[in-house]
Amino acid sequence: MPQRTRTMNEHSPIEAAGPRVPPPEKLFEKRKFVHPKRIDGPFRRFKWLVMLVTLAIYYGTPWIRWDRGPYAPDQAVLVDLANRRFYMFGIEIWPHEFYFVAGLLIMAGIGLFLVTSAVGRAWCGYTCPQTVWTDLFQHVDRFVDGDRNARIRLDAAPWGPKKIAKRAFKWTIYLIIGFWTGGAWIMYFADAPTLTHDFWTGQAAPVAYGTVAVLTFTTVLLGGFAREQVCIYMCPWPRIQAAMMDEKTLTVTYKDWRGEPRGSLKKAQKKPEAFGDCIDCNQCVSVCPTGIDIREGPQIGCITCALCIDACDKVMAEVGRPRGLIDYATLEDCEHEMAGGEPRPVWKTILHPRTVIYFLVWGGIGLGLLFALGTRNHTDLTIAQDRNPPFMLMRDGSVRNSYTLKLRNMESRPREMDISIEGLPGAVMWSEEMSHNSAARSITREVPADAIETMRAYVVAPRHTEGQDFTFVLRSLDEQGETDSGEARFDAPEGHGRHEAR
Amino acid sequence: MANKRVDEPTGTETVGHEWDGIEELDTPMPRWWVWTFYATIVFSIGYCIAYPAWPMISKGTEGVLGWTSRGALADELEAQEARRAEAVSGLADMPLEQVQGNEQLMSAALAGGRAAFKVNCVQCHGSGAAGSKGYPNLNDDEWLWGGDLSAIQTTLIDGIRQPGNDDTRFSIMPSFGRDGILTGEQVSQVVDHVMSLSGLGPANPAGAQVFENNCAICHGPDGKGMREFGAPDLTDAIWLYGSSRDEITYTVHNARNGVMPAWGERLDPVTIKMLAIYVHSLGGGEDFTQEVAPEADNAPANEDDERT
Repeated sequence: MPQRTRTMNEHSPIEAAGPRVPPPEKLFEKRKFVHPKRIDGPFRRFKWLVMLVTLAIYYGTPWIRWDRGPYAPDQAVLVDLANRRFYMFGIEIWPHEFYFVAGLLIMAGIGLFLVTSAVGRAWCGYTCPQTVWTDLFQHVDRFVDGDRNARIRLDAAPWGPKKIAKRAFKWTIYLIIGFWTGGAWIMYFADAPTLTHDFWTGQAAPVAYGTVAVLTFTTVLLGGFAREQVCIYMCPWPRIQAAMMDEKTLTVTYKDWRGEPRGSLKKAQKKPEAFGDCIDCNQCVSVCPTGIDIREGPQIGCITCALCIDACDKVMAEVGRPRGLIDYATLEDCEHEMAGGEPRPVWKTILHPRTVIYFLVWGGIGLGLLFALGTRNHTDLTIAQDRNPPFMLMRDGSVRNSYTLKLRNMESRPREMDISIEGLPGAVMWSEEMSHNSAARSITREVPADAIETMRAYVVAPRHTEGQDFTFVLRSLDEQGETDSGEARFDAPEGHGRHEAR
Repeated sequence: MANKRVDEPTGTETVGHEWDGIEELDTPMPRWWVWTFYATIVFSIGYCIAYPAWPMISKGTEGVLGWTSRGALADELEAQEARRAEAVSGLADMPLEQVQGNEQLMSAALAGGRAAFKVNCVQCHGSGAAGSKGYPNLNDDEWLWGGDLSAIQTTLIDGIRQPGNDDTRFSIMPSFGRDGILTGEQVSQVVDHVMSLSGLGPANPAGAQVFENNCAICHGPDGKGMREFGAPDLTDAIWLYGSSRDEITYTVHNARNGVMPAWGERLDPVTIKMLAIYVHSLGGGEDFTQEVAPEADNAPANEDDERT
């Protein structure tokens, strides 16, 4: 393993300077493929459940329908890149509200800190997509080639018709899973039933086929072949996590003070007092999906999936020793137990100041986002004044300024909106599609559903008007009656009023 | 060499450095990693053969695919032309007065007109079309030769006082002072009168008489101008050459005869159409129907367009 932390598992402290050694013969190491053994137990069953739920969410979500009326898509979760909208059940997010997504990402980050400080690498062990898909592919291995020993034998066997047939069958299943994974991904970006139809009739966008091809390839490569190599060599998370774990973090721990010195069952039966509880059956190693030996202590390859706990508990039950030789425990608990204390209940170890603080921060951001989401205005006005030229003198001495107004209707239905001038006495305005003879203090516009209406406003103020600030007010003419307003500057020639008045 | 040693629990050699008791193991790299590294080398060799890569004395290697950034730009421009083709042919076929009813062509025309304006017109009229002394502001509601779409298009095609163009908009204001048509005192009187027309000074009855005899033929008896001659309205607040006494005196004494090129000789009809639509859209454009039959009607259209 590239890194190791020093733990109490090592009875003899490392000597400061060891013997000088010649340079290593191998700079590069051939990969030892991991063939984890089938195991059953509470943690394995929990892993099954998590896998079922996460995969169901991933594959199923795009097919959930959500009625938003005739002007918006009816897909519950949809990332509409073409129209720049993000739909999630009752929530619709516009590009200018991207801070919601940023907030969710911050929550996800703090959520990872929270989970890490409470239950260590639970994310790695149960819910990380790499873990879930690796697990899925390992079940395929088991289904096609048999359990650990059969797979090792088949790997070592020379290529023959039977091996070719088995491999072809297995890789076909890999490809189908990969394809299905890529296929589910694109459903989040378009109406799922329509896209499925278009995809199979060759009418979908080239990017859809490209995405499916890339994701099929990466799924098969990362889940089918790279597997634990991703966790050990590619993923930055184990490195970051090493910095976030402390003596109060739950990790999968081999209780060496109880297990060592290890010896086979026969030896232990002969001389019970000379041996610990570990009967060196290697079951913990053979079930490990990353192929490590947990008895070497906490290490970067351990994703804390707890399958070794299941394996060890099963063996301990068979040999009539108490369970928990390998168990979730904090370093603090280990010291406590080593000194002869009673094991503490798990909830006590989870609840400590750091987790509470993380939870409060996480919950605070979540509540803040919910509050912002609930109180946001669905009507919005943006004003841009023409700067070139800033003002225009008209024939009758009146002054005209031009503005580009953007009326934003965030409701999924067309709405009548009224835009009016507040301040600027005597001023009237007209817009590009109306005659300037019908200029007035306010203009009513129909803004299409879920859209931004851009309009030009030509504001004319009478002779003698000095440059001043005024306000545009946008009001939705429906039962909501939402308003938004914006300050604008009205420019006039320097000393215009004085010159005319003299 | 630092203190290399073998780490006992793992059996792996350390790299020989120590930071506060933390040491790094010299774990062998995974073999697939080094194969990935070799693959990137192979890719880079292929890339150097396929694409322009190596600098030589006068130019770089060209690459067997023949890709150039200039060629890529040419492709993009060609694709853009192809995308524009529909709008261009649509505009060529559609009469000017109907374009406003077609939303798609209208937005294409506005965009095309804005672009053409930036290239051809900003030198005199300014990038915001606000003009400057002697160059009319195209945003306001004062039009010397007419402000509806077809009048603007005519001005664009044939220009104003374009030498050698028979269709150009043409008129000559006499140099009343310089050519001895009016005496210095008469010029002064008529300037007083002109200034009084827009409230810039007190009335001058003698000046009014001079105006009636000399200026009313083009500017109209009440000074409201006449578009057939490009004679400006002298009663409004807009002064192309300035409203100071000195400027007006200069104008009466020497005359002002501004010119504009006949763009029909340089630009294609569709571009001119786009420019007319763009200029008309700037906020001062007049309704098309108002100027259907300009005839010899003395009063310019919408002269009473007084807004409050």
